[in-house]
Amino acid sequence: MDPLQWAIDPWGKTVPIHIAWFLIWVAVIAGLLFIIAHAIYLRYFAKPKQFAADAAPVVPAQIPEHVPRHSLTARTFHWIMAAAMFTLLFTAFLPKVGVQFDWVTYHWIAGAVLTLSIMFHVIHASFFMDFWSIWPDRIDLRDAKRRTLRFFGKPAPPPERFAKYPLENKLYHSAIIAAGLSAIVTGVFMMFRVRTIFFPRNPYLFSDMTWGMMYVLHGLAGVGLIALIMMHVYFGLRPEKREITKSMIFGWMDRGFYLKEHDPVRWPVEVETSAPPARSQGARTEGLTDAG
Amino acid sequence: MAVIRDVMPAFELAQPNSISDAQKLLEQQGENGWVLAGGMDSFDWLKDRIKKPKVVVDLSGIAELRGVRATPDGIEIGAMTTLTEVVEHPVIREKYKLLAESAELVASPQIRNQGTIGGNVTQDARCWYYRAGWPCYRAGGNICYADTPEGRNREHAILHADRCVAVNPSDSAPALIALDAKFVIRTSKGERAVDAEDYFIGPDIDITRLHILRPGDLLTAIRIPATWAGSQFYFEKVRDRNVWDFPLLNVASAMVVSSGSIERIRIAVNGAAARPLRLRGVEDAVRGNPPNATTGEMAGKLAVQGAVPLQFNAYKIPLMRNLVKRAIGGVEEATWTPYNGQ
Repeated sequence: MDPLQWAIDPWGKTVPIHIAWFLIWVAVIAGLLFIIAHAIYLRYFAKPKQFAADAAPVVPAQIPEHVPRHSLTARTFHWIMAAAMFTLLFTAFLPKVGVQFDWVTYHWIAGAVLTLSIMFHVIHASFFMDFWSIWPDRIDLRDAKRRTLRFFGKPAPPPERFAKYPLENKLYHSAIIAAGLSAIVTGVFMMFRVRTIFFPRNPYLFSDMTWGMMYVLHGLAGVGLIALIMMHVYFGLRPEKREITKSMIFGWMDRGFYLKEHDPVRWPVEVETSAPPARSQGARTEGLTDAG
Repeated sequence: MAVIRDVMPAFELAQPNSISDAQKLLEQQGENGWVLAGGMDSFDWLKDRIKKPKVVVDLSGIAELRGVRATPDGIEIGAMTTLTEVVEHPVIREKYKLLAESAELVASPQIRNQGTIGGNVTQDARCWYYRAGWPCYRAGGNICYADTPEGRNREHAILHADRCVAVNPSDSAPALIALDAKFVIRTSKGERAVDAEDYFIGPDIDITRLHILRPGDLLTAIRIPATWAGSQFYFEKVRDRNVWDFPLLNVASAMVVSSGSIERIRIAVNGAAARPLRLRGVEDAVRGNPPNATTGEMAGKLAVQGAVPLQFNAYKIPLMRNLVKRAIGGVEEATWTPYNGQ
């Protein structure tokens, strides 16, 4: 089974035209298998999370009850992007699996909304947010190695608690960037092949081979996004992630969850009073144990 | 893209003798099956080696698909009834002359002797690029070669184009829409009848097909109710060669005039879009008005609203406007209105 569909162009050259549509089902099955495997693993095999002890534990009372995590702007962006992404996926793939409707107009409008919201996000994240908080840092990589070794029963120190975003979250963000930007950049050029309000049609902007590769990349990014979005929704619905999901709705997470999962040094929050400081020598955080 | 017109690619030939067997065969074969009616469209595809089905299901041996039958509410025409039979059938000529006129203008006598009514409404697009086997949208590709600055698009769509600009080439389709016909389709789930206008789909819904038949489905008959029997009909086809050609545009209307004004009307055009268009807006606008040149003029202008010409087919806008005008106001009343860019 060839993952690409090929055609012979008017000049006799064999060119790719798009992905083979069975890849839609490959992505859906891959996403489902991941979800099932992960759910079984967590239900039957996973050990409780263990983190390294704080060198200087915090005083819980100084942490606000509601720890702010996502600003209204960031949340608005997230849900606009989610709506655009779902619209794009449904309009792209439902017709390919037999649900027929006038999809092209909705698709490019959703694509335009997504493109504009991503542009806004890039500017917002670069200048008004902690830009580096979503990118893996050295501690993430070190802890990933430690967690992997411990998973396989090898001796390794316990990992630190997370910064604002766990490594998995950061890696997911990176995957979404790769797939999303691939789909957006190719999608913008593909709009030259349909009638939109943005620019006049120019189907000869690129050679047949370049256009073909563009359609292939757009399709691969699209089916990749199917699996990625399935995983995202799954994690958003998992009970242990409820606080994270809630924070994307209300903007904050509970203090208990924050103290349990996040490192106040790596992700400091504003304390409710200026003194005493968030960390106090010798104090221990309630509910946290030396993971050892 | 070599065109080979001597030998067709090998395929397995199935010749069922019942609708049920034919439908089961088509269902089994799915995308690999090919319905052969009169062969006027099929043999082009096969001889050009553009389409290479594994199994061809020849319907010519199915007697129940042939002939014109009276029903309690009109007539039923078997899908394999030839166009000549349709043209010559006395009941059709007497009560549904619109269909006879449209069928009589299809291609040549030889083709009408072989071509069927089912094949005429189900035939594929005639876009040069698509028929030549180029990997255009309609062929599953990612480009329309006709909708380019250099593209040969004189015959193509002025309305409802969506990436693909090919048009539906059927002459009988608009007549059947005007007669409020129902198309009977046999599928794996049973039999269903759809309105004629719903049988056809544009590229916005499915860019690779002109009709709603999916692999495994079979058009078995066309039912025409008595609703419009004997009403005032108009059919006109404009083509490059009057002896034998596909329509550049055609128009079909059925009208009931009472006390000098239009009481009921159905009007459809073909050759303007990828599906024959029922002009509901025109019908609503002219109802209650006298069928004269003034009403026709208004109807014609209304009919072409939203038309977007391509590089070489702007002539279709005044052509369609005047055809609709003539269908409403009559030929005697009509005067040619030159295209002024609107």
